[in-house]
Amino acid sequence: MSLDQEIGRWRGHVERHRAISARDVDEMEAHLRDQVNDLVAVGLEDDEAFLVAVKRIGNLDAVSQEFAQEHTERLWKQLVTSEEPAYRPSADLWLTIALAIGAAVAVRLAVAVLNPERAALNAALLVLPFVTAYFLHKRRAAAVTVGAAVAAYAATAVLLNVYPFDVDGTTAPIAAIHAAVALWLLGVGIAYAGGRWRSDRRRMDFIRFAGEIVVYYALLALGGGVLVGLCAGAFEAAGVTIDDWLAQTVLPCGAAGAVVVAAWLVEAKQGVIENIAPVLTKVFTPLTVVMLVAVGGAFIASPGVLAVDRSLLLVMDLILVLVVGLVLYALSARERDEPPGIFDALQLGLVVVALLVDALVAVAMVSRVAEWGWSANRVTALGLNVVLLVNLVWSAWLSWGFLRHRHGLGRLERWQTSYLPVYAAWAVAVTVVVPPVFGFG
Amino acid sequence: MRIDKDLVAASATPLVLGILVEGESYGYAIGKRVHELSQGRLAWTDGMLYPLLHRLERLGYVDAAWQVSEQGRRRKHYAITGPGRDALGEQQRQWTAVTETLDRLWRDGPAPARAVSLGGAR
Repeated sequence: MSLDQEIGRWRGHVERHRAISARDVDEMEAHLRDQVNDLVAVGLEDDEAFLVAVKRIGNLDAVSQEFAQEHTERLWKQLVTSEEPAYRPSADLWLTIALAIGAAVAVRLAVAVLNPERAALNAALLVLPFVTAYFLHKRRAAAVTVGAAVAAYAATAVLLNVYPFDVDGTTAPIAAIHAAVALWLLGVGIAYAGGRWRSDRRRMDFIRFAGEIVVYYALLALGGGVLVGLCAGAFEAAGVTIDDWLAQTVLPCGAAGAVVVAAWLVEAKQGVIENIAPVLTKVFTPLTVVMLVAVGGAFIASPGVLAVDRSLLLVMDLILVLVVGLVLYALSARERDEPPGIFDALQLGLVVVALLVDALVAVAMVSRVAEWGWSANRVTALGLNVVLLVNLVWSAWLSWGFLRHRHGLGRLERWQTSYLPVYAAWAVAVTVVVPPVFGFG
Repeated sequence: MRIDKDLVAASATPLVLGILVEGESYGYAIGKRVHELSQGRLAWTDGMLYPLLHRLERLGYVDAAWQVSEQGRRRKHYAITGPGRDALGEQQRQWTAVTETLDRLWRDGPAPARAVSLGGAR
């Protein structure tokens, strides 16, 4: 057998270890060939040199384990990681069902007892504690972590319900949305990380989790929507109207329970969705570029829009959130040691186009704000715009460096993971400060 | 003489970073350099070098890039970064403290040779 054949067989054997990626095998193969060359140069035959070189690489199971510890994102494919206790699907399922029912009951009670505005204000507080409890249990969180989560929820509950919000005002929805974001990061996030929220890895895992729970939730919502629609149609045909029951019980309870179920699905079915995440980002990144170019073109063609439409900044914020989401999602699903390719260039293009369009909108808005005055909406939208802009500008710079082979992807990853606290701080600041400043109106 | 596994593991990071201070390099060459420096006493399992290099890359201590050698072989080259140099400096201080301590003890203290012991009296 020739040396190439031998090495080919060795490669096949190494690649069976899931924690060792094809790139790692490339690296080790180069090592193996260098070693064989050196050994042949001192007088060994090819096959002898090959045997010695393979022996020096060492026990592959042990090497694979080292790789697995280093690249936990690959273990993401497997359910069992070394530090977690044996996974018991049935116990986990029961816990999930119990927590989902808990969330559904909490929401139903709120709908029954509170007026709709108050219930909406407290929506995050009714659902997220159950997701948090799931992860606190699953990660066997320390008492400190549990205490931190309880404190975060308690403080938010007090704040949202002590503030004398005007029912028709804009500050109530602003506070509700930002409280939800803050609790997602500080409640669910810290529980998801098992209290190790300082770890970049855990943060990246949480970003990955956040992206995938969106996909699962959308799938559940789609299925649930079809089911509710069919149900309503069938009852209507029978002459019974159940719209009220659907609107007050089935929809809110289903929406709340589905959050817990989606969280469980992401945990339990990590291997399945892993194939979907990269595909989704690859499909939507080019489409978003096209969309942004069209939007930018429209603004340039009719600049009058920029001066008139006050909600434009909010739309732009949502577009930037989408772009940040695509960047994060692509990053979290990417093999870290692949060299930069066409998709990375495309993604940089996406960020740059988004920044250009945002610059158009932001400049127009800032110049008009003096005229319109500072409303709660405008301050929040402008602030969020700045928070996202800072992230994207530096991301673009780091992507550029990565494309030019100046540094690895790690830099970009660390930038994104260390930016998470900024979002949390921003959300907390808006929740706490904006309502009183604008008179709770 | 073979050096104990734990010691090899503990010294791996400063060794790799120290070698990269000499200039950028790739896995096989780093392994060879260690062999040379230690005169063969530090025995590495070659495969273990790569997870270590990837860890250093993740920590931002080294940057990695694929390059093609003159013989057309694709290799991943590693270069030390600013934070890597800082980390190496810190490791150097710690190792110096350890070796100085041991040195002080062993220079003046009694030799470890056993006169009578259970194992040796057989």
